[in-house]
Amino acid sequence: MAKHETPLLDQLESGPWPSFVSDLKAQAEKRAKNVEGVEFQIPQDCVADLLGVLELSYKHGRTHWKHGGIVGVFGYGGGVIGRYCDQPKLFPGVEHFHTMRVNQPAGKYYTTDYLRSLTKLWDLRGSGVTNMHGATGDIILLGTTTPQLEEVFWTLTHDMGQDLGGSGSNLRTPADCLGQSRCEYACYDTNALVYFLTNNYQDELHRPAFPYKFKFKLDGCPNCCVASIARSDMSFIGTWRDDIRINQDAVNKYVENDPKYPANAGAFRGSRNWGKFDLEKEVLGLCPTKCMKFENKKLSIDNANCTRCMHCINVMPRALKIGKDTGLSILVGAKAPILDGAQMGSLLVPFVEVNPDNDYAAITEVIENVWDWWMEEGKNRERLGELIMRQGFQKLLEVTGIEAKPQHVSYPRTNPYIFWKEDEVTGGWERDVDEYRKHHLR
Amino acid sequence: MSDLLANKEAATSAVVDWMTKKAGTKTKFYFNDFSKIFPDDKPREIKKVVNKLVEEGVLEYWSSGSTTMYGLKGSGIQHSSEGEE
Repeated sequence: MAKHETPLLDQLESGPWPSFVSDLKAQAEKRAKNVEGVEFQIPQDCVADLLGVLELSYKHGRTHWKHGGIVGVFGYGGGVIGRYCDQPKLFPGVEHFHTMRVNQPAGKYYTTDYLRSLTKLWDLRGSGVTNMHGATGDIILLGTTTPQLEEVFWTLTHDMGQDLGGSGSNLRTPADCLGQSRCEYACYDTNALVYFLTNNYQDELHRPAFPYKFKFKLDGCPNCCVASIARSDMSFIGTWRDDIRINQDAVNKYVENDPKYPANAGAFRGSRNWGKFDLEKEVLGLCPTKCMKFENKKLSIDNANCTRCMHCINVMPRALKIGKDTGLSILVGAKAPILDGAQMGSLLVPFVEVNPDNDYAAITEVIENVWDWWMEEGKNRERLGELIMRQGFQKLLEVTGIEAKPQHVSYPRTNPYIFWKEDEVTGGWERDVDEYRKHHLR
Repeated sequence: MSDLLANKEAATSAVVDWMTKKAGTKTKFYFNDFSKIFPDDKPREIKKVVNKLVEEGVLEYWSSGSTTMYGLKGSGIQHSSEGEE
């Protein structure tokens, strides 16, 4: 018999989708039975109380959680978020129910042994409830008490080779796609770069000194599976600067509807009858810059006008491949807040080499210039994107030492005013009046 | 680095004095507030000293989860205020 009646939560189980309520009920029952004989270090009925407080929140239409506090592990200013229930007498099992963020491995590759160790640890020292994964990408361990924090941290770091992630005014845990470990579209090794950035910026990850949160996200190609362009203050998106490689024989196989060459690599096969593949309609007609044509059984691409949208490559992966001269683009200033509106990233560096041999020097230079500016000029709780809006993209170019390029222009011909600086004008602001009067008498 | 920030003892007492003065109205401070104590120093330099003070137990972090603030250890909301030991 459940500890708390939960008629409102029960309704959430009635839909056709998997329900977190069912999962929590199963976990509450598992803890109550404790078949494995776990010596629980936090209240055994915490998950039952979690369901109870959630039911009460639905009933009242307001939360009964407080968040924030001085909880943490020694030397770290992030990775732990204090959670307290404001109805401790009704729900003593969740009176203190802190969240721990654990740095997920690059590409989210796990061994089953690792996952068993993690869940065993969390069953013992926490609620056993996890979120795989949170919006930033971390493994989220939900619900433990203050005395357990150091214990969990010790086991993670000493026995599992695992660190906490970022929270608060820190660099947040960098997140990436699978990259070249599995994907033929990847233009650089995202896993290697995310590993490097995580190690190189440990101080920024664990010791908060930024005006607010700062997120890195890495996508291996412009398909942007991680949605870095929308969700990170600094987004690293793989690209290439030579030509898309074309296999003309394979293009014609697609055109001829050869069953071994299904459009979109067969991704939509079986969902419904999409009819015969139509190159004109499904590829050429959908090219955003109309830079492709197919004549006399030959596909040609005006690469100078290609914006790397990836559509043609996605539709005909056996015929088209990314170029060979690969690197990445850096975009800055995206955010997806609950308040005050979302903002997409703006292109700052159109192309930069990805060179592990020099510790990604070209990339870290951009990062650190941006941080120096934001740390000095950013207001409290101001994201990088808001600072760019406030002081201007031109200022960002100045502090990063990047020259303005056509790729920086998202909407041409919207501002008729150009404010030159003195050092940008031949002769500066000074002029020889006598010389001027020689040609202009009055 | 300014002379004030370079001198560990003087820097510590400047931080403690400034925070103590404000203690009547505030116990938690943004990182940017330290630039009022060390106006001639770069944030990265200030960060090194401030984090040392956290390590030594002079200051402590307070985090909402999204934003982190600093306070004198033991002032303002503590574990005991939340019913913890």
